[in-house]
Amino acid sequence: MSTPFYVSPQQAMTDRAEFARKGIARGRSLVVLQYADGIVFIGENPSRALHKFSEIYDRIGFAAAGKYNEYENLRIGGVRYADLRGYTYDRDDVTARGLANVYAQTLGTIFSSAAEKPYEVELVVAEVGETPEGDQIYRLPHDGSIVDEHGSVAVGGNAEQISSFLDQRHRDGMSLAEALKLAVQALSRDTNGTQREIPAERLEVAVLDRTRPQARKFKRIVGRQLVRLLEADGAASEAESAENPEDSGSSEE
Amino acid sequence: MDFLAEHQPELLPGNRQLPPTQGVIEAPHGTTIVAATFPGGVVLAGDRRATMGNVIAQRDIEKVFPADEYSAVGIAGTAGLAVEMVRLFQLELEHFEKVEGAQLSLEGKANRLSTMIRSNLGMAMQGLAVVPLFAGYDVDRAKGRIFSYDVTGGRSEEQGYAATGSGSIFARGAMKKLFRADLTEAEATTLVVQALYDAADDDSATGGPDVARRIYPIVTVITEDGFRRLGDDESSEIARSILERRLEQPDGPRAALL
Repeated sequence: MSTPFYVSPQQAMTDRAEFARKGIARGRSLVVLQYADGIVFIGENPSRALHKFSEIYDRIGFAAAGKYNEYENLRIGGVRYADLRGYTYDRDDVTARGLANVYAQTLGTIFSSAAEKPYEVELVVAEVGETPEGDQIYRLPHDGSIVDEHGSVAVGGNAEQISSFLDQRHRDGMSLAEALKLAVQALSRDTNGTQREIPAERLEVAVLDRTRPQARKFKRIVGRQLVRLLEADGAASEAESAENPEDSGSSEE
Repeated sequence: MDFLAEHQPELLPGNRQLPPTQGVIEAPHGTTIVAATFPGGVVLAGDRRATMGNVIAQRDIEKVFPADEYSAVGIAGTAGLAVEMVRLFQLELEHFEKVEGAQLSLEGKANRLSTMIRSNLGMAMQGLAVVPLFAGYDVDRAKGRIFSYDVTGGRSEEQGYAATGSGSIFARGAMKKLFRADLTEAEATTLVVQALYDAADDDSATGGPDVARRIYPIVTVITEDGFRRLGDDESSEIARSILERRLEQPDGPRAALL
């Protein structure tokens, strides 16, 4: 019988992490931002049928970058978890924290089990609160750790560059149009620093809007509404910043 | 729900074993639900009484629920089981919508409810029946539709108007004489409250508008814009105007003889 090669656990984990990171980096990036009335998800997605963002429960949204079949699997698992929780107890007992924990467990188990290949996905779970202070955004990398984020988060191929760009420019209390404009700016920067144009029909946009009267706060922004927001923002934010240059965003609240 | 059946079967109403019982189990029963279509939508309304034998168990029970954005379900029969069935039904519609990314068709929703009623057949045979009325706006056909059920889950689509529950015979009679195909939304809401009034008039288990306690029927409207429940002020307005006319004419409006 031949002796199997010895691979140190460190080396094995590094290899797996490398593999997962490469897979995630192949996909397009997406960003999640807080704005005055909630949380907005923006990503470049040429497909109308395969969504990157989805509703999990009343106040909880889901965003994923990486391999479609893997995150779709996780998404359906999340919807099941949330619906079962809500039916067994109460709708208020479904929280983003609980869901993020379940995802972290799943991803962590898959990442460290030798029999399976690690999932090439990075998730964002966001919950909109009654006030901006109550908003929660969790980022879940491929290895099952949880990162509690505030303000803005980017995942996917070019994530590091985009998130540093967003960190510098994101403010609390931005209007939806402002947040959208900032996100599109961030997404359209290429790795080598050049800008490219992303047309509205290649964008996927969804919001968790705390001002919605229904219990379910998740809403997709598509078609004309999206075009209107993208066009309106240039004119509106310019006019606004001309009026009161210091705090154009907070007046929106 | 298939997932629930696999993982937590005890949560599904149909999977419970019933102890053998003698005679009828006393539990609160809901009574009359009525529905009528009008061009552009459908109205669904229910009285507020729950009875247990000859006792009024609850005066302000709510028996009409939104199933999702474009449909509603009104329940007659054993209140506890019916409310649970509605909760599971709402959950299924929402779950389907989230997983598939599209709403079920109205027919699909009606069929699903039919299966759920059928799974309750064992209990129905022991006297714990649930017989809902399902109404919704069909987005594809752009009109309101009503589905009625029997205890075995048999489903039938009703044209124009329908009623279920103990006072349904009287409510149906009233609507038969008052219904017209070209009702406006306001007329349709008045029609269903009239029908509930007539049901309460002749059926002891159906509650009429309770002016002293300010308990009025629940009236819901489903149109292209989705589900809407009339506010207390709106439904009390309808009930009061009907009540005022009935002080002069206790039997309500008269239809033409020929």
